[in-house]
Amino acid sequence: MNELIKKAKGLLESNAVQVVIGYGKGSVDRTRAIFLTKPEECEQLIFDSRCVQNLAVYLTKTEIKKMGKPAIVAPIPVLRSILQLAAENQLKDDSLVVLGVSPESELVEFETLASIETYLSTKEIAIDEKYRKAIDEIKAKPVAERFEYWVKELELCFKCYACRAACPLCYCTRCTVENNQPQWISVGSHPLGNLEWHVMRAMHLAGRCTDCEACYTACPMSIPIHLLTKSMLQDVNENFGNYGPSLRKDNTLSSFKPDDKESFIR
Amino acid sequence: MQTENYLIRKASLEKLFNNLIGNGKTIYASKTNGERTLFEKIQTFGEIAEDYFVTTNSVKSVVFPRVEKVFSYNKTKESTEITDTSTQTFPEVVLWGTRPCDAAAFIPLTDTFNGDYPDTLYNKRWEKVYLLSFSCSKCDDYCFCTSVNGGPGNTAGSDILFTKLSTGDYLTEAITKKGKKLVAENQSLFEAAPSEAKEPNLAKVTTYFNPDEIQAKLQNLFENPVWDEKSRACLGCGSCAFVCPVCSCFDLQDEKHGSKGSRLRCWDSCGFGLFTLHTSGHNPRETQGARWRQRVLHKFLYMPNKSKVAGCVGCGRCSRSCPADINILETVCSI
Repeated sequence: MNELIKKAKGLLESNAVQVVIGYGKGSVDRTRAIFLTKPEECEQLIFDSRCVQNLAVYLTKTEIKKMGKPAIVAPIPVLRSILQLAAENQLKDDSLVVLGVSPESELVEFETLASIETYLSTKEIAIDEKYRKAIDEIKAKPVAERFEYWVKELELCFKCYACRAACPLCYCTRCTVENNQPQWISVGSHPLGNLEWHVMRAMHLAGRCTDCEACYTACPMSIPIHLLTKSMLQDVNENFGNYGPSLRKDNTLSSFKPDDKESFIR
Repeated sequence: MQTENYLIRKASLEKLFNNLIGNGKTIYASKTNGERTLFEKIQTFGEIAEDYFVTTNSVKSVVFPRVEKVFSYNKTKESTEITDTSTQTFPEVVLWGTRPCDAAAFIPLTDTFNGDYPDTLYNKRWEKVYLLSFSCSKCDDYCFCTSVNGGPGNTAGSDILFTKLSTGDYLTEAITKKGKKLVAENQSLFEAAPSEAKEPNLAKVTTYFNPDEIQAKLQNLFENPVWDEKSRACLGCGSCAFVCPVCSCFDLQDEKHGSKGSRLRCWDSCGFGLFTLHTSGHNPRETQGARWRQRVLHKFLYMPNKSKVAGCVGCGRCSRSCPADINILETVCSI
């Protein structure tokens, strides 16, 4: 922790960056994203198991970009998002400084995005056993029952779009759901509109989702939407090979290989 | 109107519930399911959650549904037929176990829907609502009802307020005509008012600020760095507005299928970038800071200026739900 504070301080002192995005004390027992612009503020940085918000989401926000070049505190999920954002041409080597945090809470410094890729290559995305079980249980249901499960869960959705807002990879300035000429997706949060939105969201993240669970953590109604993206991740793995964020720019849905399975086309 | 006080035994409470259901009323109450405690339509007394502060969602959707059909239309070669939503089928609803803050929220909400003209859909639903609130015996660090003229035993807005006493029985305050009618219809369940005082049975909610002082300060705070500072982490979702029991902004959207369609009133939020975006591309509230300012000013300045009631009841839902931990109490206290 001290190392992280020292490094962040140094970056602001030398004006190598203008803002440090990290975790600080929040309400009651929570932590929250903080944006530090003065070296002396760096003492506010904390890192512990409560720091689960994916800070990479701020890298593409207009208000934060205006603050200048950022350094970002990046545990593994944030590193994965950074790499994916880079693969989608949203970040470049010189657009940020990454202050990695290892699973042991040690500071890991990265000179380049390529070095993040190397670091992550030994840390494959592994879907937690409890979620794997939950997905299997849902998948084992007959179609009608499965449909009923999702209609019931998604019935609670009031389309606050916190899932979209918290996802580092939902960075479109204008989302499809906001188009009404023509209107692709029903705006209302009725059963059909909710189903359309969540299916679209999961599909749009296929092969891009890095399994950070920011969507689920953000959902005020605790709807298990992360099961959709996790299931999608499994499907991508099974059908198109092991997925992990990389700089190769070969996202599943934006690349074609002659030996891609086409059995899903009927 | 003079409040009438009674006592209801713990066991009689269930009978009252059953009588209401028996009379064909729809009952919404707090129900815990896994990690969620929500206001839901329930059938049996046993479903009601007891151990919680406030529900995650507010109960405003009963009178202000998140999607409401305003009218439907059918175009033919000759004409366009428009059918208004029928208000005949709106059910009689009992909101069982609302907190005093939930009940108080209906005062500004009803004001809003009766501003320049009375909103038929809202009012027709509202007429059929009975608010049976329960005082709070505990609170958490997000609660601040006592800073916005409310309190854990506040009667404002409720038809009946129950307060659990040390004996496990309930002090019953019948506040409105509706509440007194309900008591009269179930007279056998109620006994003479207890001698035990109400106050010691209420949660101790810290008072953080004086709303009149805040209102006065906000008059000259339009340009202030606090808005950007406190909203920097804001993700621009609508979670705060959608769990809020007072927020009432909506968007009208048409959904069409060929020559038929309907106009829907859907919840909207001032936190969304699209909320004030003009067709020209200009957005008068371009940043999250400007949107956060609007949210706070609307609740603590514009609404009390206009209707004398603040647009916040201190339930703390927005702060608890915020994925970025933006805390409205913290913002208000810092100004």
